[in-house]
Amino acid sequence: MTDKKTLPSTLFNMALILTIVAGISALILAYVHETTKGPIQKAKDLREMQAVAEVVAEKFDNNPFAEKTVITAADGNGRLELYPTRLNGIINGMAIKTYTNKAFGGRMELIVGFSLDGRLTGYKVIDHKETPGLGTKVIEEKFSSQFRNIYPSYMNFKVRQDGGDIDAVTAATISSRAVIDAVQRAIDAYNKFSAGN
Amino acid sequence: MDKTSYENLTRGLIRENPTFVMLLGMCPTLGVTTSASNGVGMGLATLFVLILSNIAISAVKRIIPDMVRIPCYIVIIASFVTVVDLLMAAYLPALHARLGIFIPLIVVNCIILGRAEAFASKNNIYQSVLDAVGMGLGFTLGLTSLGIVREILGAGSIFGWSFLGENADPVLLFIMPPGAFMALAGLIMLVNKLRRAKQ
Amino acid sequence: MSYLMIFISAIFVNNIVLSQFLGICPFLGVSKKVSTALGMGFAVMFVMTLSAIVTFLIYYKLLVPCDLTFMITVVFILVIASLVQMVEIILKKVSPPLYQALGIFLPLITTNCAVLGVAILAIQKQFGLLSSVCYGLANAMGFTLAIVLFAGLRERMSRTRLPQAIQGAPIALLTAGLLSMAFMGFAGIGN
Repeated sequence: MTDKKTLPSTLFNMALILTIVAGISALILAYVHETTKGPIQKAKDLREMQAVAEVVAEKFDNNPFAEKTVITAADGNGRLELYPTRLNGIINGMAIKTYTNKAFGGRMELIVGFSLDGRLTGYKVIDHKETPGLGTKVIEEKFSSQFRNIYPSYMNFKVRQDGGDIDAVTAATISSRAVIDAVQRAIDAYNKFSAGN
Repeated sequence: MDKTSYENLTRGLIRENPTFVMLLGMCPTLGVTTSASNGVGMGLATLFVLILSNIAISAVKRIIPDMVRIPCYIVIIASFVTVVDLLMAAYLPALHARLGIFIPLIVVNCIILGRAEAFASKNNIYQSVLDAVGMGLGFTLGLTSLGIVREILGAGSIFGWSFLGENADPVLLFIMPPGAFMALAGLIMLVNKLRRAKQ
Repeated sequence: MSYLMIFISAIFVNNIVLSQFLGICPFLGVSKKVSTALGMGFAVMFVMTLSAIVTFLIYYKLLVPCDLTFMITVVFILVIASLVQMVEIILKKVSPPLYQALGIFLPLITTNCAVLGVAILAIQKQFGLLSSVCYGLANAMGFTLAIVLFAGLRERMSRTRLPQAIQGAPIALLTAGLLSMAFMGFAGIGN
């Protein structure tokens, strides 16, 4: 069982075997890549579609990503993506992919929902690096429900420590401020977009 | 099952457990075990790669010249890791996102190359599968128990089921980086104590 | 992100060993003495910076144009393995003293997941060439800082008498845990 009879290590043998091994590996991977390409894209679309469906209040029947508009943030050079939702061809809401660089873990990405009258209908964090158990509480209902069904222009859109109306998550003021920063950026983008129409 | 087969199967589970005894594959062990389900997922992904690579290497061991042995093994292992990576991205996207960079890094997990070199390159396919299953399950066992301990202490839940009330705070430290080192230290102390008691 | 921020973030805030858990094997394995830890640190710095350049070029000049980005793991690990071999051969010829100092650490680096990890992360973060190089160098410096500090602690510890229960791996892990806790103090810097 343990007799070690292998091919002798001549240059030809070594080059041949390495090439064969690499070739077979490339073939297998190309096949797996081809077969999983569709499902991977679908899984990714599904995740973002679920986020959009969660933050937009109205039902919609279009593919909001197919009609996305990209705009540059007012400050700096970040990009926001606007996805209009439609029912029977009529626009009934908007989801905006926004970001902040002021989170505790650096960058945070959110999808924010709007109804047509400028009402915020909620947000969902899609990418973050916050401290588990502290900063991650901005994902939870207790904090995020403060951003549902409000008209941002009628309220002081800051955390209470900064003299605003939003209750920050205890021990995670930076993460809370970051969410407000990202949502505010989405609001500005929404206003700019609807002013342009 | 004869005695050698049984030995090969059970070696990795306890006696040479990769996590608690051999201290191999420490990066994923510490990096992903913030919850029990992450531990299970990472352990099973590694188990899968280990079985495939042990089979492949045991099958081709005779035609690989000694001097290019390691590069060939690395290509074989890296291919299987990519297969697992793509399959997980397609069918388990949530787990794939949580394990992140540690999936491609299964390639450099010392357990896999170690078993290829120390076992699969010297034994037949059947024994190599047994060895891979034993080692892979041992690794899964290690990651899962560490994940369970950290999740209970650090998040107050177990496999995602929360048993703490709204107002009780868990020991957050345990799901943060320092807690990984400390929880593993505690588990190894426990395992050492059990092993000493047995002797 | 400015280059300075890349350095501060990689060395202190998101230290590769103590908060990202890459390169734990050499961190625990080659840290009994400060001098060997330093040697390992410099070898990693050398290879990681070099591999950051090479993997960046291979990814954007070869894999992306040929639509082979799914081969990233296979190609990168091979590139790193051959790079390490080449560095070893060249050092032996060109600078024997440097080879004497770093040589024994080089073979260990191939299986150092920090090198492959940093190469893949630099691609995932969509860095440009210069940022990638900075990122590689900065993470290697973070690795060196962590392993040298850790070796210093372990050197002291080897002179004390420890209870039997925590000898060996447990005390090493507990020490690493405390060190990691110290580095948590840097969290949030840069906001």
